[in-house]
Amino acid sequence: MQISISDVEHVAKLARLHLTEDELHAMQKDLGDIIEFADTLNSLDTEGVNPSAHAVAVQNVLREDETKESFDREKLLMNAPMQEDGCYIVPKVVE
Amino acid sequence: MEFETVIGLEVHAELATKSKAFCGCSTQFGGEENTHCCPICTGMPGVLPVLNKKVVDFCIKAGLATNCSITPYGKQDRKNYFYPDLPKAYQISQYDLPISHDGYIDIVADGHERRVGITRIHIEEDAGKLVHDAFASGTKVDYNRCGVPLIEIVTEPDIRSSEEARVFLETLKNILMYIEVSDCKMQEGSLRCDVNLSVRPVGQKEYGTRCEMKNVNSFSAAVRSMEYEKKRQIDLILSGGTVTQETRRWDDEKGHSTVMRTKEDAQDYRYFPDPDLMPIVIDEAWVERIRKTLPELPEAKKARYVKDFALPEYDAEFITASKALAAFFDSAVDAGAQPKAASNWIMSDMSKIMNDEEILPEDIPFTGKDLADLIALIDKGTISGSIAKKVLRFMFDEEGKTPEEIVKEKGMVQISDEGAIKDLIMSVLAQNEKSVNDYKNGKKNAVGFLVGQCMKASRGKANPQLINKLLNEALENI
Amino acid sequence: MELYNLTAHEAAAFLKEKKVSSVELTKAALGRIDAVEDKVGGYITVLRDEALKDAEKADAAIAAGEGSDFTGIPMAIKDNICTEGVLTTCASKMLYNFVSPYDATVVKKLKAEKPVFLGKANMDEFAMGSTTEHSYFKKTGNPHDVTRVPGGSSGGSAAVVSADEAFIALGSDTGGSIRQPASFCGVVGMKPTYGLVSRFGLVAFASSLDQIGTLSKDVEDCAAMLNVITGHDEMDSTSLDVEYPDYKSALKNDVKGLKIGLPKEYFEAASDEVKTAVLAAAKKFEEMGAFVEECSLSKMKYALPAYYIISSAEASSNLARYDGIKYGYRTEKFDDLIDLYTKTRSEGFGEEVKRRIMLGTYALSSGYYDAYYKKAQQVRTLIKNDFDSAFETFDVLLTPTAPTAAWKIGEKITDPMQMYAADVCTVSVNIAGLPGLALPCGKDANNMPIGMQLIGKPFGETTLLRAAYTFEQNSAFKNMKPVL
Repeated sequence: MQISISDVEHVAKLARLHLTEDELHAMQKDLGDIIEFADTLNSLDTEGVNPSAHAVAVQNVLREDETKESFDREKLLMNAPMQEDGCYIVPKVVE
Repeated sequence: MEFETVIGLEVHAELATKSKAFCGCSTQFGGEENTHCCPICTGMPGVLPVLNKKVVDFCIKAGLATNCSITPYGKQDRKNYFYPDLPKAYQISQYDLPISHDGYIDIVADGHERRVGITRIHIEEDAGKLVHDAFASGTKVDYNRCGVPLIEIVTEPDIRSSEEARVFLETLKNILMYIEVSDCKMQEGSLRCDVNLSVRPVGQKEYGTRCEMKNVNSFSAAVRSMEYEKKRQIDLILSGGTVTQETRRWDDEKGHSTVMRTKEDAQDYRYFPDPDLMPIVIDEAWVERIRKTLPELPEAKKARYVKDFALPEYDAEFITASKALAAFFDSAVDAGAQPKAASNWIMSDMSKIMNDEEILPEDIPFTGKDLADLIALIDKGTISGSIAKKVLRFMFDEEGKTPEEIVKEKGMVQISDEGAIKDLIMSVLAQNEKSVNDYKNGKKNAVGFLVGQCMKASRGKANPQLINKLLNEALENI
Repeated sequence: MELYNLTAHEAAAFLKEKKVSSVELTKAALGRIDAVEDKVGGYITVLRDEALKDAEKADAAIAAGEGSDFTGIPMAIKDNICTEGVLTTCASKMLYNFVSPYDATVVKKLKAEKPVFLGKANMDEFAMGSTTEHSYFKKTGNPHDVTRVPGGSSGGSAAVVSADEAFIALGSDTGGSIRQPASFCGVVGMKPTYGLVSRFGLVAFASSLDQIGTLSKDVEDCAAMLNVITGHDEMDSTSLDVEYPDYKSALKNDVKGLKIGLPKEYFEAASDEVKTAVLAAAKKFEEMGAFVEECSLSKMKYALPAYYIISSAEASSNLARYDGIKYGYRTEKFDDLIDLYTKTRSEGFGEEVKRRIMLGTYALSSGYYDAYYKKAQQVRTLIKNDFDSAFETFDVLLTPTAPTAAWKIGEKITDPMQMYAADVCTVSVNIAGLPGLALPCGKDANNMPIGMQLIGKPFGETTLLRAAYTFEQNSAFKNMKPVL
């Protein structure tokens, strides 16, 4: 299947990626090739076949409602590129 | 042209679990920023979620309380979008297999009954909080609420007015509080709602184009936002325009809404089954186990009060509108109070004090048994009804004292001694010759004045029936 | 024979007999790193001082009579497994400065054994790749010929074990990322059944396919390491709560009666040299008393496209959290929030990672979900069924690990489709969640190692270990040492 440049741009926007003009065209080709390859799946009849989200059939993996001690805040934030007063900082968000 | 409003609601309720949905961090409200957090709820690389069982229990419970079917097979899905309050950049939610679905709640509003369909109730996790601080270098992000479990309750577009919506929300809130799955504190954001509203000419079958309203933080704000939106849409149509599908932000202070996003930039959430979480399989035994924990729900309780206690519909409605008040009433009746008498006290004197002083039913400083004891003191003739009102006042003010203690301490015991009352009457008659003469001259209503004077002389403590009887005897004998 | 040439169990025996100390082993390994790392480039981080401290602690434990199989054994950890207080970069600019504040479950389990952590091994960025060329930091050379790729994505782990720069290493395998580099570097690589090893602390690429496993010098080391890292973990919902055997007890030199299937589709995909080497191994098994027969897995050709859809879709979501706010790289100049996100991600991710994110986002986006993602999940069901029926007849399947031996660095980097095709023999095993073990079985004309793959039933690790151990004991391909 052909993928248009605007498709590529739309997907990049969804993924929060910016592609340069060259990258856009390269991506259009690569994605097109891979999607074409993925289209070979269409030759397989999957009517009525249950999709498997997991390789193993396990269900109801649940924990009891018990609290654990929370993490040390300093340690939690130690990798933050920007922090202030025990908070992560992002550019001003206007809601 | 006359228009009909069509409303559907999406209500989010934070669940009253101890720990978060997918990690052991506390769900307690408040606390320093980012102190109820761990690598899991802040989306560190490599972490994995494990679902809190209570979250499923509560979603089943909410479903059963709203006449829903419970899915035998549920799964959790990722809802993908970028926002700083969502550290994984996806929210764990449920897409096509919610735990509870296809239920309803019956309400009475604007004088008629309405059945509001519940499309679904699913589980998901709450997001963090953005703190706008003028002195900070940017917007602060606090993940304390991040990962707190929620249920989202989605209704059918069955609601036809803002009043119906308000009643529905009150009823739903009441149910959630009765079954104790959420504390429904709107001021702490544990109950929130989004409104979907459209209008159509009366008689038209197809729905109009709907708009979604976000940031509706109280039931009264919800009503205001709906009235505004209804008018906006009708005005638009009447002036020849068309309603476009969009999400709008309600500004309650300014009393209007603004466009957040239009259909064109509608988000593509790319839902897919979360590979980190296994399916939830709910068998009959699980559902029955939860069903057994359901308390008597407000509707059933109300019906029982009317039928068994002969309470007026209005009283029953009033008392069951709060789980705490109903529990208070029940304990008064259990302690021997005549139901109608207990209801009268609650509806009149107690409500007045509670309204004036903004006391919530859950904060009444005495027990239902105390009220039953107060009523018993009247019945036994220990105090008069008017004294009882004073005792009630003290019960609100002096927490921890029983009515008997208050009566004793304040010397409020009723005087029922005939000799003492006769003496009192004699002295009142002696001081009010004019009234006595009026009486003799046929002005029978002078009795009322004299009864009042006697009560006053006894500082309210004399048994009023005795005064009436003995005063009449005395007047006859003069 | 140098100390660093020893296998982990040989070194452990020396430690136990007090012939050598952990400090001596560690110094030997560090010396080897000093000597060959320039050429191999297998490590992103070498923990020189920490390693010697670990060694001292291990020696104290051994002196107190506490040692176990890996006490005092110097080892490497793939750089996508979280190690508290140590850089965990996933070979990405995005996490170039990320110091994990917590230990992965496997690291916790290992630490209880008091081993020596030598460092964090190079890999393809976020484990996406088959050559380790997609590392932000460096390229790793194949120790058998450093102008050739070591395979990937656990190329660093495979290379440092092969080059004797570590006695054993942990890797991760999403579509062949342990088995393929093991084969390229002539070492033993094991991807256990999905759910056997906790993924908690493994930085996710594709959650339903990722599994931590081992790269070792021989099969015995592999079994011993499985004993340490497998087990149920309450922190991982996909971790299996089952009985875990003693994997070392499976090390029996006997394959009599073992039923081995040769799925023809895997051989059709392989070069003649590889085919010949693996068929020779099959013959060897037959000679040793196994029953060997050709079979067919007809859905095999759909595994690769299904794999790329499923893994990329999951990755697009798993990698969305890298946004420059909580950790890792953040772009320097930005106008607003969206700009911060977009620039950070565009600058922080490499080309291959972006390609997969784009593919995965596309496959999940409105209008394409059913055609690609759901379809791939259905194909997954069919592939599992295919394996199920094969395992009604066979105990083990024997295949090539990769169509060819290692190629030259740079040879396929410009053509993603050609690169993806190299995973054709391995991805189906992840799709079905099965255990797979790669071990050396020959060399090609360039003198590069060729590996075979043994595929087992779910929880069939013990059968795989027995077959691999028997082959190793009776073949000439044990511990192929590169010349460096």
